[in-house]
Amino acid sequence: MYEIRFHGRGGQGTVLAATILAAAIIDEGKFSIAIPSFGFERRGAPVAAYLRMDTREIRRMTNIYHPDCVICIDPAVSRTVDIFGGLSPSATLVQTTDKPLGALDLPAAVTTVGLCDAVAIALKIFGRAITNTIMLGAFARTTGQVSLAALERALLGSEFRDAGLEQNMRALRCGYDQTAVHHVQREAAA
Amino acid sequence: MAAVAPVPSGRLLACDGNEAAALAVALARVDMVAVYPITPQSSLVEYLAKFIADGRLQAELVDAEGEHSVLSVLQGAALAGARTFTATSGPGLAFMFEPYLRTPGLRLPIVMSIVTRDTLTPQCVWGGHQDAMSVREAGWVQMYCETVQEVLDTTIIAYRVAEQRDVMLPVNVCHDGNYLSYGTARIELPEQDAVDRFLGAPDVNWHAALDPDRPMAVDPLTGGPGGAGPATFVRYRRGQCAGMHRALDAIRDAHREWGRLTGRNHAPLIECYRMEDADFAIVTLGSMTGAAKDAVDEARAAHRRVGLVKVKTFRPFPATDVADALRKLRAFGVVDRSVDFAWNCGPLYREVVTALQGGTRSPTSRSFIGGLAGADLTVEHFQDVIETVGQMRDVAGPRDTVWLDAQE
Repeated sequence: MYEIRFHGRGGQGTVLAATILAAAIIDEGKFSIAIPSFGFERRGAPVAAYLRMDTREIRRMTNIYHPDCVICIDPAVSRTVDIFGGLSPSATLVQTTDKPLGALDLPAAVTTVGLCDAVAIALKIFGRAITNTIMLGAFARTTGQVSLAALERALLGSEFRDAGLEQNMRALRCGYDQTAVHHVQREAAA
Repeated sequence: MAAVAPVPSGRLLACDGNEAAALAVALARVDMVAVYPITPQSSLVEYLAKFIADGRLQAELVDAEGEHSVLSVLQGAALAGARTFTATSGPGLAFMFEPYLRTPGLRLPIVMSIVTRDTLTPQCVWGGHQDAMSVREAGWVQMYCETVQEVLDTTIIAYRVAEQRDVMLPVNVCHDGNYLSYGTARIELPEQDAVDRFLGAPDVNWHAALDPDRPMAVDPLTGGPGGAGPATFVRYRRGQCAGMHRALDAIRDAHREWGRLTGRNHAPLIECYRMEDADFAIVTLGSMTGAAKDAVDEARAAHRRVGLVKVKTFRPFPATDVADALRKLRAFGVVDRSVDFAWNCGPLYREVVTALQGGTRSPTSRSFIGGLAGADLTVEHFQDVIETVGQMRDVAGPRDTVWLDAQE
């Protein structure tokens, strides 16, 4: 079982991203569940969503406390939310940022990092910082846990409130193409 | 709205519990839907409105001014012969209470999802079984779902049970607010012709009708102390209780037939999981069961002889099945997602203990309450429950209700 926690802000499509990813994983013949965190959702407020994937049926319909991967689709939400809480050892971070790896303050548990300037891409494609589908592309590129083709098929079946299918398809591919993947050696760390 | 990805086979979908319920309503070819949106039910009725707008469901939709009207509209529709559906949660169910009480007495086979929500107050919009439990003595059949797939299948099964002529009662299909309403999972969509064969044409108002060709007084004043009053009233009440009791067999038969048609065999009344050689057990209800089964598997791997009993049908209560499953154990614990204010325990716990009365011996037992107001019930919670119940086998001591999320 592979467990993912999404972090973002209301209005960026965090919950929809988890749902689309679940649909793509199921499309590939695997099992997945996705559960949003529950609050009084409003634009700008921190939002989380949880996703599990496995080759076998998943029974637990619970939140995720020890993720193998964190997908953070907002560049600054980590200032107000502990996005690294409970990370599994050798975890993966997929982060939207315009900074280089060296400028990020990462905990020792993070050993794989996918960095994508999704805000810049989103501003070009949507004119607004909607980063969800871009970061799904970044996740596929970073981890290989899902194929780009399956994500594209999942987008075809999705409804978007704020943009069209064609824009989201482009966003997904840009996220995939413009993600830098780093493997962090921790032995030398202080 | 959530994504739906048709997979090449065409029958596998990713959807949440609210969409699964709406898909079931469309497959059941419901004639009339009346709705008033309320969290966490809202997206369910939005899906229905969309299916009707898209022509996927040929039904009348009444967007009523409140839940009292919602159910009153459906009573009229059912008396005119329509297959009907609505869904509600928490405060909406409370506002519906007067027609809610009338529906089973009229013997109308209305199906209503309760997308469960904890009740006020303190102010809360999150899941919990308190709303459905608050109406447990009103005479509706109540089934609780574990998975998104079970939400879809049970909503279809509900019509077969409700419209069975020796039952003729309304059915609540309960699915957990938050974890099932918004939880997305992989489901198989049944074929339309399989559902058509399973349900047949609506058979709703043969006994009570608003029909100019069959004029009759529906729900006339009945009872009182004199004349035929008491005996007439007793005849109605007794018939209602008998119909409720027959629903146990109807639910069993309907699940068996559904399994034959689809290959999906959900336990109709209770599910016994790893109970064959268990000497203690936990009892669950609803979506918490998945995490509880995972915890049971872990405990089994550590050579603990623990099993699980999931109650699916809560009304009517499958007392014989529950007693047979638990009587020979040394201890059990019941985990409730709601409270019984009268007895300071969980309502399912009270039912289970009652079911065991009259036997030659009763295992030691304890009530656990958790998952209130949207709180998560995790594998770790069930590890704690298993540990506590396991110790109860051997150690005498207090059996006070355990509040799983309390910070002492």
